[in-house]
Amino acid sequence: MKTILRFAAALSSVVIALPAAAALNVFACEPEWGALAQELGGDKVSVYAATTALQDPHRIEARPSLIARIRTADLLICSGSELEIGWIPLLLTQSGNDKVQLGSPGYFEASQYVIKLEVPKVIDRALGDLHPGGNPHVHTDPRNIAKIAAALEDRLIQIDPANADTYRSRSKSFLERWQAAIARWEKEAAPLKGVPIVVYHRDFSYFINWAGMRQAGSLEPKPGILPTPSHLAELIDQMKRSPAKVVVYSPYNSPQAAEFLSSRANIPTVMMPFTVGGTEKAKDLFGLFDDTIGRLLATVK
Amino acid sequence: MFKKNAVALAVAATLGLPCVAMAQSQEELRALREQVRQLDKRVTDAEQAAIQASNRPAAESALNPAVSLILNGIYANLSQDPNTYKINGFVPTNGDVAPPPRGLSLGESELAIAANVDHMFRGTGIFSISSENEISVEEAYIQTLALSYGFTIKAGRFFSAVGYQNQIHAHAWDFTDAPLAMKAFLGNQLSDDGIQLKWVAPTPLYFDLGVEVGRGKSFPSGPDGGRDKNGFGSGNFFTHIGGDFGTGTAWQTGLSYLTTSPQDRVYDDVDSTGTPVTNSFTGKSKLWVLDGILKWAPNFNPTDMNFKLQGEYFRRKENGDLTFDTATPPASSGPQTGGYDSTQSGWYLQGVFQFVPMWRIGYRYDRLNSGTTNIGLVDSGALTAADFPILAKYNPTRQTVMVDWSPSEFSRIRLQYAQDKARSDATDNQVFLQYIVSLGAHGAHKF
Repeated sequence: MKTILRFAAALSSVVIALPAAAALNVFACEPEWGALAQELGGDKVSVYAATTALQDPHRIEARPSLIARIRTADLLICSGSELEIGWIPLLLTQSGNDKVQLGSPGYFEASQYVIKLEVPKVIDRALGDLHPGGNPHVHTDPRNIAKIAAALEDRLIQIDPANADTYRSRSKSFLERWQAAIARWEKEAAPLKGVPIVVYHRDFSYFINWAGMRQAGSLEPKPGILPTPSHLAELIDQMKRSPAKVVVYSPYNSPQAAEFLSSRANIPTVMMPFTVGGTEKAKDLFGLFDDTIGRLLATVK
Repeated sequence: MFKKNAVALAVAATLGLPCVAMAQSQEELRALREQVRQLDKRVTDAEQAAIQASNRPAAESALNPAVSLILNGIYANLSQDPNTYKINGFVPTNGDVAPPPRGLSLGESELAIAANVDHMFRGTGIFSISSENEISVEEAYIQTLALSYGFTIKAGRFFSAVGYQNQIHAHAWDFTDAPLAMKAFLGNQLSDDGIQLKWVAPTPLYFDLGVEVGRGKSFPSGPDGGRDKNGFGSGNFFTHIGGDFGTGTAWQTGLSYLTTSPQDRVYDDVDSTGTPVTNSFTGKSKLWVLDGILKWAPNFNPTDMNFKLQGEYFRRKENGDLTFDTATPPASSGPQTGGYDSTQSGWYLQGVFQFVPMWRIGYRYDRLNSGTTNIGLVDSGALTAADFPILAKYNPTRQTVMVDWSPSEFSRIRLQYAQDKARSDATDNQVFLQYIVSLGAHGAHKF
């Protein structure tokens, strides 16, 4: 036992002696928030994105590597609205890091700063995996990004007042470029108005709302329940009566169900980037919306 | 009323119309209309927001803790009577190690209640109700939230961090029952009343160190319920390292050392004439557990396909005194006591593969090694080895296969077949058909 204690003491002294990184450690639950933090923080932040576009943010393993990253985080940015309920609470209790616990300044839930869609009136698991607080995929509306950016700027300044000027000027510059981009996207996306669209999961609701598209159905029979043959058959029937113009899915979805519907109902299918890194062109937040709109326009025309 | 409206209209006409007629071109009108439309939309949006806000629960119950209920039921088909279950070669643990009764039975129902107590603590209570209507406190502990520098303290009753699977609740296990090694060395699953201190290192590679001290209320400590003494009855030291390989494999390995000093830890056996006797052990028990887990999913996206490999190696040394037949009347010179020491080990390795969404198959191999056991009373010739039949040398093995189907993350139906050679004299062929569902709050599962 003495040897263990001695070993432990030696190891902890080595680990504690490691120099602390100068930049603010940001743990982003999803890539879009990592990209936003990078835009606002520049070299004052060191961003770790916990997930990639190829992972379903609903279903993430609470892996040891994620606990290790939260352990040293100064700021945690998540979508919230229970999107990460299957993994973040566990990581937080395991991390022993008081800076990022719920209620601390280092805990930032993006969806709290926007009006949420699809807040369920009835909550029952028979209706699928519902989010009682509303649809959490708020980043697909560019106007929401602007609102969240403003809130995140305040938060960064609160946590790291020494670099307040940087955050202010970077945020100002970002928001100017972002507003100009929204104006451009609004023009570009005009042909999408009223276009019926079938989604895989309800993760494009905010985009659909922004672009004025019409959601004509989803491949999932119920939120969070994988597509079933009977539901797809129903959907094909429905498409025969009133065809949608496009079927979309995200990089983390298996394309099979979308392709099945596409071939039977003769509707083109498109993989959307969904988040930063989802496609080659979606390198940052600007690229994300450029490519999302571009892919839809190319298909709908 | 009519009159008033008429007057208003007249006023509006005289004041307003000339202006419109005078200046506004068609284009400006259109712009105005657009503005009105946008304003209208904003008002509707705001209304919707207000509705949403008002829909949130605002009652006292909004602060209720998260509640979840686990229900499970099982059909068991066993070729041997579960009442005679024993693991030959190993000291009986008095734990809940036997398979469920033959036929249909209700498994343990589990009620879990958890919430943050305040900004400092989180509280969790997990109560299990057995099919015999007995309620037991499985876990009940508080955990710190606001300690910094990677420290957390847990206090109360909780599953000990010895090995890997011991900390995981039975409903989240990949097989219906515990590995043989857990049954033999931990009495199925070790939960103790105690305090745990854990520290997570601030390194990109996951590393933790922890220590637990406890009452020692169950096997391998003893007697049942813990000793009547101040201080601690058991101590456990543990450490884990973990990380990722590439973009799809996560791993973790751990080492733990559980040390206890059993006093009058009793177990039942028969003597060489077949008469039931109760023996007891007093001494030291030290258990080392080395565990490893590997989880793979393409791009860490487990939805379509994933694989999990898990194994643990247990090694236990016990030494002290063994008393034979504690019930021997003092008149006939009282119970006999002699030295006792043993070195025993066991391991299991299991793999579970989700090959299509919702369906998993798994295989597990269990092996125990009864190692060396020296009984003083036998060595001295006072008694014979036949007086300690359960401790006779034997290496139990078991092979298990299972397939399960999970239509959602809240329900699972499992079919399992095992060939259990825990008894030295018979093979138990076990078939289990089981459902496990979880109602209520969305609990997260440990890695």
